[in-house]
Amino acid sequence: MLAQQIDKTLGSQPHITLRVPREEPRPLVASASTTAIAHSMQESPQRLRSIDQWPRVIAAAERMEGVTAASPSITGAGFAVRADAKSPIVVHGLEPERFLRIIDIRRHLIAGHFELEAGDVVIGFKLAKDLGVGVGDKLRVESSEGGDDLVTVRGIFSLGNEGVDATWLLTSLRHAQALYALPGGVTTIELKVADVFAAERIARDVAGTTGLRADSWMTVNADLLAGLSAQSSSKGLIQFFVVVAAALGIASVLIVSVVQKSREIGILRAVGTPSRRILLVFLIQGGVLGLAGSAVGSGLGAVFAKLFENLVRDPSGVPRFPVQLGLPLFGFSVALATGVGLVSAVIPARRASRLDPATAIRNG
Amino acid sequence: MVDRAPVLVIEGVVKEYGDVARTRALNGVDLVVGPGELTALIGPSGSGKSTLLNIIGLLDRPTSGRVVLGGKDTTDLDERELTTMRAHVLGFIFQFHNLLSAFTALENVMLPAWGDRGAPTREMRAAAEDILHAVGLADRMHYRVTNLSGGQQQRVAIARALVHRPALVLADEPTGNPDTASSDEVFALMRKFNRELGTTVLVVTHDSRIADGCDRVVELVDGRVRSDHAR
Repeated sequence: MLAQQIDKTLGSQPHITLRVPREEPRPLVASASTTAIAHSMQESPQRLRSIDQWPRVIAAAERMEGVTAASPSITGAGFAVRADAKSPIVVHGLEPERFLRIIDIRRHLIAGHFELEAGDVVIGFKLAKDLGVGVGDKLRVESSEGGDDLVTVRGIFSLGNEGVDATWLLTSLRHAQALYALPGGVTTIELKVADVFAAERIARDVAGTTGLRADSWMTVNADLLAGLSAQSSSKGLIQFFVVVAAALGIASVLIVSVVQKSREIGILRAVGTPSRRILLVFLIQGGVLGLAGSAVGSGLGAVFAKLFENLVRDPSGVPRFPVQLGLPLFGFSVALATGVGLVSAVIPARRASRLDPATAIRNG
Repeated sequence: MVDRAPVLVIEGVVKEYGDVARTRALNGVDLVVGPGELTALIGPSGSGKSTLLNIIGLLDRPTSGRVVLGGKDTTDLDERELTTMRAHVLGFIFQFHNLLSAFTALENVMLPAWGDRGAPTREMRAAAEDILHAVGLADRMHYRVTNLSGGQQQRVAIARALVHRPALVLADEPTGNPDTASSDEVFALMRKFNRELGTTVLVVTHDSRIADGCDRVVELVDGRVRSDHAR
């Protein structure tokens, strides 16, 4: 569940995003210790700027350990216009082959193709809906820098993220450079790393080497990460108590069974059944209880999980809680339950095997 | 009888219960039982009969003293060896029928073999069928024991005690059944096997009529042998 949620989150964003550092205001005259100068400073407005010598930055980033892909892009604000409709958008100008290694948009296409020839764009399905466009339709893009162009929609995707699906417009890097008047420039470099949880550390390394601002998905999604880790630990807690409850259930069933059968156990012991065989009988009973219970439970669980997945959906129709059921999961559950059954049977079985036959027969 | 070595020798058996206030159930019992004897063990309630029977049956250990069964001293045997001896040397007929209700008469009779080996062999099955024939249950052997009458159940119990030809059969109030006709029948069967097969039997009883039918009567009072008569 945790892994799925992270996969879903990372499916629509790079692990690390590199940007130019913020522009900081600098006073014209520095204060010295002997003189006090009254001054007022304002935050600098942040312009869209290109990363200096970005091909070298990409080469450097790709050489870093743990980085598996790097993609240059121009990310800027703008509007998409079609007839009377006008939607705010985020324009991503990118190199298709490199970008696909960061986010495999082809897996998320719901119509058309991922083609970014001159004048082609691929947009989120929500945006397409808002503008009323389909594959092959044309729309006008206006950039925040004043550039505008008529483009053709070649594909429509759904990344499962409301904001992304409603604003993203993907176009070629060259096209975006023209729209934003940044010939040859890129504003962001997106990185993918092998170990998603090492992203923060790698981001700091990259920032240190390149002097750029590096944000990892972990900082961007700190809330999500905290939520997921809380969810994961509460899930672990619930699982633990379920296992404990199941173990107690099996143990108590067996203890009752030992008490009920104590006369029979006594007879078997008296006529020469070795105590280890009695032990085995009850251990096997515990194992069988666990096995049968988990087999039935797996079946019911699968049905309910699928039902839940189908009932709880995003507005876009994507299941909010994707459930992945596989043979390994069932195998693991059944093995765990059988093991728990065996372990919980240990105490009752020992009790049974140590039953004093004389007392058991007399009192049973 | 060629082999006249005693089946059972008990020497100075003492059994105490309790850790703080110790009560003596048996207070130095000596007893020798020869092969083929049908011996009754009588005595008032609380005289230690059942305790003694459990000790002889290796279901309980004496606090001190020795129990020699079939020529083998059982004092230093561990639990596993005692279990093996129970399976091979002893046969039990309990106060109540004490059959396993989920099984048929035949399966109950095969229990000692099952417990000892895990699964009965063909010979054991044949022996169980033979003994059920001998107790007159040939046509009932595949009935579940819950579908048998009380007398029939007790005959199954006798068959089970005898199927492996034990050196010594221990019977605890085998006729402790208010039904006189069936208690006579049970005793008659024990007597029959004792005569025909030379089975050594030690029977704990309250019933004076049964004691009268035995070869020898041992009376236990306050944990000691008070009298020991051959008849």
